Order: sequence, then C-alpha cells, then structure tokens
Amino acid sequence: MKKMHIELTVNGQPMETLAEPRELLVHVLRERLGLTGTHIGCETSHCGVCTVDMNGKSVKSCTVFAAQANGATITTIEGIAGADGMHILQSSFREHHGLQCGYCTPGMITRAWRLLQENPSPTEEEVRFGMAGNLCRCTGYQNIVKAILHAASEMSAKEAAE
Amino acid sequence: MNDLTPDQTARATALKGMGSSRKRVEDARFTQGKGNYVDDIKMTGMIYGDFVRSQYAHARIKGVDTAAALAVPGIIAVLQAADLAPLGLHWMPTLAGDKQMVLADGKVLFQGQEIAFVVGETRAAVADACELVVVDYEELPVVVDPFKAMAAGAPVLREDLAGQTKGPHGDRIHHNHIFRWEVGDKPATEAVLAGADVVAEEMVYYHRTHPCPLETCGCVASMDKINGKLTMWGTFQAPHVVRTVASLLSGIPESSIRIVSPDIGGGFGNKVGVYPGYVCAIVASIVTGRPVKWIEDRMDNLMATAFARDYWMHGKIAATAEGKITGLWCHTTADHGAFDACADPTKFPAGFMSICTGSYDIPVAYLGVDGVYTNKAPGGVAYRCSFRVTEAAYFIERMIEILAIKLNMDAAELRRINFIRKDQFPYQSALGWEYDSGDYHTAWDKALKAVNYTGLRAEQATRLADFKAGKTRSLMGIGLCHFTEIVGAGPVKNCDILGMGMFDSCEIRIHPTGSALARLGTISQGQGHATTFAQILATETGIPADQITIEEGDTDTAPYGLGTYGSRSTPVAGAATALAGRKIRAKAQMIAAYLLEVHDNDLEWDVDRFVVKGVPERFKTMKECAYAAYNQAIPGLEPGLEAVSYYDPPNMTYPFGAYICVMDIDVDTGVADIRSFYALDDCGTRINPMIIEGQVHGGATEAYAIAMGQEVAYDEMGNCMNSTLMDFFLPTAWETPHYTTDHTETPSPHHPIGAKGVGESPNVGGVPAFSNAVHDAFRSFGLTQSHMPHDHWRIWRIANQLGLHE
Ligand code: FES
Ligand code: FES
Repeated sequence: MKKMHIELTVNGQPMETLAEPRELLVHVLRERLGLTGTHIGCETSHCGVCTVDMNGKSVKSCTVFAAQANGATITTIEGIAGADGMHILQSSFREHHGLQCGYCTPGMITRAWRLLQENPSPTEEEVRFGMAGNLCRCTGYQNIVKAILHAASEMSAKEAAE
Repeated sequence: MNDLTPDQTARATALKGMGSSRKRVEDARFTQGKGNYVDDIKMTGMIYGDFVRSQYAHARIKGVDTAAALAVPGIIAVLQAADLAPLGLHWMPTLAGDKQMVLADGKVLFQGQEIAFVVGETRAAVADACELVVVDYEELPVVVDPFKAMAAGAPVLREDLAGQTKGPHGDRIHHNHIFRWEVGDKPATEAVLAGADVVAEEMVYYHRTHPCPLETCGCVASMDKINGKLTMWGTFQAPHVVRTVASLLSGIPESSIRIVSPDIGGGFGNKVGVYPGYVCAIVASIVTGRPVKWIEDRMDNLMATAFARDYWMHGKIAATAEGKITGLWCHTTADHGAFDACADPTKFPAGFMSICTGSYDIPVAYLGVDGVYTNKAPGGVAYRCSFRVTEAAYFIERMIEILAIKLNMDAAELRRINFIRKDQFPYQSALGWEYDSGDYHTAWDKALKAVNYTGLRAEQATRLADFKAGKTRSLMGIGLCHFTEIVGAGPVKNCDILGMGMFDSCEIRIHPTGSALARLGTISQGQGHATTFAQILATETGIPADQITIEEGDTDTAPYGLGTYGSRSTPVAGAATALAGRKIRAKAQMIAAYLLEVHDNDLEWDVDRFVVKGVPERFKTMKECAYAAYNQAIPGLEPGLEAVSYYDPPNMTYPFGAYICVMDIDVDTGVADIRSFYALDDCGTRINPMIIEGQVHGGATEAYAIAMGQEVAYDEMGNCMNSTLMDFFLPTAWETPHYTTDHTETPSPHHPIGAKGVGESPNVGGVPAFSNAVHDAFRSFGLTQSHMPHDHWRIWRIANQLGLHE
C-alpha cells in the first residue's frame, strides 16, 4: 500500500514519518518513531494499554489510523515526566504500589494525567469511572485509585503553594 | 526485635530487609515507559511471522494453497507441517508427556489451531498474506463435551494415538481418554459413605477460563549462523526449561542456546508452556538466517494458548449427624482439549488436585481423575494457581456449603468443628500430603470477628424477611471460604517437569566495595522479585537492599532454575537466596575472625557486622569483610566472596487464609453488588507487606472475574465464543470491589526463613468466596449448586428457576 507523509508533534517535538494510511497510530509510535512505552494489549480498543493523549483528549491509539493522526499533537508516557524528573503521578504510582508487571502502567498514567486535568479533585468514584477504559490484570485497581487520588491532592497542594 | 538497641534498629531499618514495605526498584522504569517487553525488541534485519489458524474445530486438511500469499510483496516463506517434518519438528512434546502438532499434520483438532506460519518483512505484509492462504477443509464431527467424548461411538480425535492403550500416565480406556489418576482409599471411602448419617452429593463444575495477561505471548528468535548460537527472547515463565526443550527438539547443544525473558507483562500461568509460535520462529530464523519475531494478538491468545480449569468434579461428602466429616469422595472428569498440554509436575497429571480435603481433618478420602480429549484448545495451565489447587479449593469449599445445607447448620460453624487443629501439625492428609503448619481456628475467629459475622447473619435474616414481605427485591449473600494451598513445588524426589527436578537456585557475588549482585533461576512477571529477593539478602548478609542488584531470566548468566509459577519463587528460590546469603556470611565470619585476630566462635552476628562477643567496640562490618576478601591474602581461604545455592525443598508449603465476601443481589436484574471483601492471608513470614497486599488485591480481582463472568465457552460446532475482550470478561476499576486485607503469621517450619508464598492464595480462596456468596443468597430458597460464572444472566436465571419472579 502506498505510504503517506505523516507529521506529528509528539511530546513537544515535531516528528515526521512515512506510513501506510491504514497503519494504526500505536504502530506508528512504536515501530516508526521508536516510542515503545505505549503498549498493545488487544487492538480492539478494550484494554487501554495503548492510551495516549491526542489534541487534549485520551485516545486508544490502536483505534486511530495514522492518517487520522496526521497533524496531531500527541503526548505519550515518554513525555509525561518534566525536566525536574518524574511527574507526581509517576512517583505516586510507585509510592502507593499502583503497578506490578507495568504493562498497563503507561496507559494508566497517561489517562490519569488527562483525567486530572479534566477534573483536578476527583472523588474515588470519579476516578474509578474515569479510569474504566484502562484494564489492569495485576493490581485489582485499589492502589491505582489510591495513587491517583494522592497525586490529585498533591498536585492541588503544589498549585496552591505556587 | 524489641531487644535491639536503638543503634541496631536504625541499622536494621536502613537495610530495608525482610518485613519492610520497601518501594519497588522496578517502578522507575515502568512508570516512565522504559520497560523492555519482548515486542519492544528491534533488531537489524528482523522479520515477522504469524499463523494461519483453523476456522474449524475438527477437520481434515485436504490442501493448503499458498500461491497468493507468497505473491504478496515482502513475503519470504509459508511454512507447513511438511516443511517441519524433515527436522522432526512438526510435532513437539508437551510438558504433560503428550505431543502436540506444531503445524496441522493432516487434520485440525480445535478452532484456532496453527496450520501454516507465514514469514515476511513487515507485520502488515504477513497479516495480508495470512488472509490469502486458502485451506481446503473436510469437516469432521465435533465433540466439545468431555462426557460425550467418552461415549462408545464418539469420533476419534487423536488418530495419531490409534491403538495405544497406554499413555504416559497409565492405561487409556477409550480412544478419547488420556489418563486415569487415583489417590486415596476408594473401598474404605465408599464404606464410610454407605454407613454415614448424612451424605451430600453434587456435581461441581469449574468452568474453562484463561489467564489472559495484558501482554500476550511472543518471542524473537535469532540464529547466528556464524557462531551457531541461537538466542531467543520471549515471554517465558521458565526460561531454563525452554532452553532444555529447545535443545532436545533442535539438537543444538544447550551451551549454544541463550534464552532471555525480558520484562514480562503478566503471566498467571499463560507463559509457562512451549507454544508452536516459539518452534516456528526458531525454524524460520534457522531457515532465513534472520531474527524472527512472533507476537500473538489477543484472539490468538484467547483461542490457542493455555486455557485453565474445565474440571467436572463429582463429589460426595459424609458426616455424622453433628456435622463431623467422616469421608470425602471425588471423581473428576478433566477436559484437556485436543492435546494434553497441562503444565503439571510429571507425576501429577491432575496437579495437586489431591489437596481437595482442604483445611479439614477428613479421616478417609478418595480422588479419581479421568483426563479426556475434546475439540477445544489445549492447555490446562495453572492460572494463578499451584497446579489445580484452585479447582480443589473450589470443590471442597462448595462441598462444605452443600453439606451445611443438608445438615441445616451454619457453614462457619461446620468449618470450625472440622478444621485441622493447630496441635495436629505436621498433619498427614488422607490423600497423602504432609501439611507443614497452620492455625486455622485463630485465623477463622479473627476473620469472623473482623466482619461481624453474627451481625451480618442477623442483617441477612431481616433482609430475607423483608424480601418475603415484598419490601425489597434484593437478597444478601455471605460467602465464606477457608482455603489451604499447597505451593512451592517441589521436592526433587517427586516433582519434576520434563525430568528436571523442581529445585531452584541463587548465585551471589559480593563486590569488593560491599555491594552485591544476585542471580536467580526464577523470573518476575510483576511480583517484584528485584525488590523482595534483595530484602531477603539484606537481612541475611547485612548489605543494604538498595545496594543489591537482582538479575533473572537470562540463561547465559542465571543459574539453572525451574522458573516462576505455582507460587514457587519465594518458597524455593527465596530459600536458595537465604541459604546462599548464609554461605556468604559464613565465609565473611572467617574473614572477620582473621581481621580481628579471634576465633570464629568468638564472633556474633549483629545486623550488618560481626562483633567480638562481649566486646561491642570490636567488630568488622560485612562491607569491611568484602573488601578484605579481595585485597588480603587470608591463610586457608580463597580470595573473593561468592556463593551459590541450589535448594531442593524438603516439603511443599501450605499457605492458608480466611476470606469473606458480602454481596447484595438484585433478584430482578441478576446484578450482584459486592459490598465488602475481607481477605485474611497467612503466608508464613512476610517479606514485603506492601507487595503481599498488592498480590492479594490482584489475585482477588482475578477471582472476582472468574467467579462472576469470565469464561471460555464453545458452541456445539466448537466455535470459541470468547475470543476477544468484548466477550471475555476482564473487570474494570468501576465494578472491581474494594478489598480489606488482614493476616496471621504461621511460619513454615521447614523453610529457611519460614515463608510460604502468597501470589496465588487470593485467586484460590477468592473464587469460592464469591461463588459461595451467590449461593448463600439463595440458600433459603433451596439452591444447592449453580455453575459459575455467575454473570447477571445466570444469577437472574437462578432466581427465575427458583420461582422468585412470580
Ligand atoms: S491495544 Fe488499544 S485498547 Fe487494547
Ligand atoms: S500492572 Fe500488570 S496489567 Fe497492570
């Protein structure tokens, strides 16, 4: 199939590549741009391990064609940490044991990162509902929820202090 | 540790040794997208392989037309059984002593079976080409029911076994029969049943399901033709076993094979077995001289690799009128699918199903298991389970409930009066196991108190009265479970996989400046070994855990071990680690004695140093001893500070626990709302409470899925009905219950640090707790047994069949 020229802004960097229009965004990120932090678990938009942020929304990158992503601004797990080190969500997942095998973790954190922008002080129910597109087979979610709630309050406290 | 001086306490805390909730060292990379899973591997010249799979559950293959596939640009080869036959690789041995087709040899036996392996330059080209391979099938009659498979006129599934009346586990009594395995005293048990005050009898089915880790199985095989070395990276829970199998199959010496398990995205038993994809990737790499990557998609995973359970357990339990259990009888029909590809220790074709007497002092018992072939996927793996312990625990915990109904007794009390007492340990079970230690009454009372059991029963009675009075449409169920596990396989004298004794190993190097590297024969799939094994060593050697690097999963560097499954890492490799640490300490003690110019016996160990007895200011730290080991000539001692330990466990370990689930069931919709779930685990000595709690949350959630909705079902044509995550239930954060964890601590007397293992307990104990709660809600309406999974529709159907929808 004839390839098309795709331009993206990924984690703040302009990037370009050739890809077949039918290629999935997750494959473009992983195979063509070398960003393997975003994973694949089903390719049918059920598991959420492929979650990235596209134009300010969480998307399952296994359900976005390369052609659809052309021109988009994308944040992947590799772009969550800042210059000053791990993002609060990342350290909070570690602190509260919100991960085990780590396979769902990039999608979880990327989704939570958007969730907390949509709703900076969610209730436990809102976190559970807002994260329901991301499956985890290891943790039973309890510590993931805890990690996100702690990150939310830490982020609010930090913001208030600034 | 109350007798430690503050100084000692501070030093002990700094070690982050056993008992500390040390944060995980793995997390920095996983939270930043820097994990290294098999599909992340990219190599120069790497090509891809994928399977053409059978659409039919039973068919003869009359022809395979590959012309159109080969014409796709970038396609290099399409391998079929005939291409593998000259190498003898069109069939492969299974871990259960059977053999399995690598690629369809004349016929297919289950939907999704591998027919051809397409190899090409890109994934997309391979996917396109797979679609273009035309298979000419002649359909054959399909059997998906193990009872029908054993009928006289049933179609012959395994034509390759025609005329063979003996299998690897004894006589085959029918052409679709695999084995019969019997334990215990059948005549004595039947005599007890015949004379008993009360006998409860039921068929308990534990349905077919699948471990479904979020990362599927896969590998990259790379044959270097220059130096003759085969390297394979893959999702292997037992890398050394894979190396041995690869060597036996290919004839390549083990010294020229390197197997590497990189980060693994969950295993749960799915990644123990050897699958056709691994064999085909190796062959394709040998043929092409290029690295070949094979990664399952989710459908491949759910349809073809490693189902679990599918046990039909017919039980009879005898008791006195007062409720004292006098005997247990069980006959299990085990549906193994098309090939017997269970991953059990060789001498245990039904795994440790014989732990089915559970936590109870049952004087006499019998277990018979018949393994049967059907047109379903092969497997029978231990899905977060130690070889059929989940089935055993579900069976006995259902039978207890059914007996309680028959006796009109409270099920908690019935358990209590039958528990093995603390003073009976070590306890010989009627089916041949020696339980190492336990204190069931203490755990049970603690659990009942924690949930306010009496209060719950009172509330349930009120709810029932309200229901009967038409005031509510909701019923309340209280699900009890007291399970005993058998893990840590196992003693080499009776446990092996393909002849390899089930020991495990640890090798330690202490560097001159006092940090350390330890390598083990196990492999983490999320359990946090790099964190916890360092804690064991920290306590044993006095080196801070933060200065100990743990490595696993590379057969070129790690000592031989049998891998991680069946909750065996802590019981077996954990013991090897502790003992290797003790060898380090023993040598360090001689070094310290030399440096301090005293006799070895004049020294005592104090957290991280050797102190001259009675002279606390005279000491040498482990760090100092390590340095001396490399820079001093010590008479009678070799330089260096290294140790290796291969640990052959003298017995299994027997973790146990008490779980209680409370749920509210909407009779009209069948929706079950889990109100609370309490899990008390006793896994002996606790190495890292934070990680234990995480294991319990995760295992209980897998139990919730299995009990309440997850299954792999087939229609009469052998079509797999649950081959995507649309149809295969994995709970989300929304419906997953909240867990309360608790513990008691009864160390294993035979384990060097008293640890028993915990990873699988919550799955073993969780399933009966959830299922018993559903049954309990309907107990007063006459329900004795309804098969899992208890999805909304099935719960609605229970209510409907009991006439509650009038
Ligand atoms: S891989 Fe995209 S949702 Fe599962
Ligand atoms: S940590 Fe393993 S799937 Fe979530």
